[in-house]
Amino acid sequence: MSQPNGIEVEDLVREYRKGPRAVDGIDLSVAPGEIYGFLGPNGAGKSTTVHVLTTLLPPTSGTARVGGYDVVKDGPKVRGLIGVALQEAALDPLLTARDHLRLQATLQGVPKQERETRSDDLLVRVGLAEAADRKVAGYSGGMKRRLDLALALVHGPRVLFLDEPTTGLDPQSRTALWEEVARLRREDGVTVFLTTQYLEEADVLADRVGIIDRGTIVAEGTPADLKAEIGRPSVHAIPRRDDDRAGIAEFLARFGEPLDTTRDVAVRLRDGLGLTDIVRAVDADGIDVVDLELRAPTLDDVFLAKTGRTLEGATEEAETDHQGKRRR
Amino acid sequence: MSVALAQVGAIARRSVVRTSRQPASVIPPLVFPVALMAVNAGGLRASTKLPGFPTDSFLAFALAVPFIQGALFSTMNAGSDLARDIQTGFVNRLSLTALRDWALLVGQLAGVVVLGVVQVVFYIAVGLTAGVDFQSGAAGIAVLVFYGALVALSFGALGAWLAFRTGSGETIQALFPVLFVFLFISSMNTPRNLIGVDWFRIAATLNPVSYMLECVRSLIITGWDGQALALGFGFVILIGIVSMALASRALRARMTRT
Repeated sequence: MSQPNGIEVEDLVREYRKGPRAVDGIDLSVAPGEIYGFLGPNGAGKSTTVHVLTTLLPPTSGTARVGGYDVVKDGPKVRGLIGVALQEAALDPLLTARDHLRLQATLQGVPKQERETRSDDLLVRVGLAEAADRKVAGYSGGMKRRLDLALALVHGPRVLFLDEPTTGLDPQSRTALWEEVARLRREDGVTVFLTTQYLEEADVLADRVGIIDRGTIVAEGTPADLKAEIGRPSVHAIPRRDDDRAGIAEFLARFGEPLDTTRDVAVRLRDGLGLTDIVRAVDADGIDVVDLELRAPTLDDVFLAKTGRTLEGATEEAETDHQGKRRR
Repeated sequence: MSVALAQVGAIARRSVVRTSRQPASVIPPLVFPVALMAVNAGGLRASTKLPGFPTDSFLAFALAVPFIQGALFSTMNAGSDLARDIQTGFVNRLSLTALRDWALLVGQLAGVVVLGVVQVVFYIAVGLTAGVDFQSGAAGIAVLVFYGALVALSFGALGAWLAFRTGSGETIQALFPVLFVFLFISSMNTPRNLIGVDWFRIAATLNPVSYMLECVRSLIITGWDGQALALGFGFVILIGIVSMALASRALRARMTRT
């Protein structure tokens, strides 16, 4: 039995009738009060996992428990203790924020005498008090996301699922949402399962990160541990002329393993080497570069190391594949 | 049970509120049937001279048509709204709450019934204003309102079934003319016994919509006609039971939550 607010997943598989395995045997465990970042490109299986964990989709095989309840056998109990903000905000454009909150509170069984105060508190908390009686049709993307979060919180859930909550948001709205999620964990002890395709989001918010690609978890740990696993920094050089790329790549290969990048020429440094070694060699060999930069490992490096692709590249690949399928 | 009733009330309230905020969903079901009735009452007035025509006021005869036509409009609107909820993921949002499956259907239909009653009251008010003499009196008017609610419920369930089954507002819009064919091949403009074309008379006799119209019409122009009421109520209840069963089944398939 999993812990009261935790999530336990064992060998979870979800297969679609005419498609590949969207989720292919994943195991994961989220501790109570933890923010777990589920990072991966489009089509990696993040949303399908969320749909299974929130009881919207039955798994093909494997088990998943949320707050100690099996998502297949105890669907209503799971729904009673979770709050969910799915990828599409799915709001009714003709209703106001207050209408939405009143509806959601009633459907979630919040006692009548508490509904108004709960709604008012949440409207203030997500910064929508002034717009509370305006129809959602006139809301910006950020306002819709904030309302979606308020709706997910209306019944005081112990576990919160956020499926790509900041996709399409401006930096200011994104930061505001991050602060609210962090506050929920800090002050209310809410467990948060957050899917994202933004490295920075996982890095800033998550206590632990699971990286999913093509339905399987390829790496898991704290952002710091994952980056430490990669260990060595990389050096990135921008050639003055495109013709110089091959020469510079050959030069840099003396210092580490080449990285697959498009904008610059880069290598992951071998142990014991630093930027100064390269600068000296650049000087000595008369290599002409516009810029030379040392970068600490990022979660993208982790993704690259585990899958052989960058997260951005994987997302583009998934989108191209998706468009191709649609054309077919 | 009180939680379930509150859920039904909340869904019904939302259905009424969102419809009332869309003039395009409120005005056509009120105005178009009345406008068509007015045109027909003017153009087909001479029909009342036919031997055996049951009244000398074509307006009184035609007043039954808006009851069914308005219900068809509401069916399409309610079905399209529900299909849009499926397309946008709003039904998923509802699925993630403690909402009972049946409460969604009942709440949705309760909203349709409220709007159906508003329409019927409007048609009756138009009839009274235009001088129609309701032969069944005040009690008959009350039965007409009740019957209007029943028609809205039955047709609303049909719309809900189409929405849950197809999940597509466009499909429901496309099916709307098909539903209207049933109205046009009924005793909408002529009593069945006076329809001269054989195939049309047979089609109108086989068409349940004829009996619904005749039920409403009997309360307006005849008084209390047991057979007309039994057939009218019988057909609408039958359609309601079948539609409700189909809608419940489609709803279970649509809300696949565990």
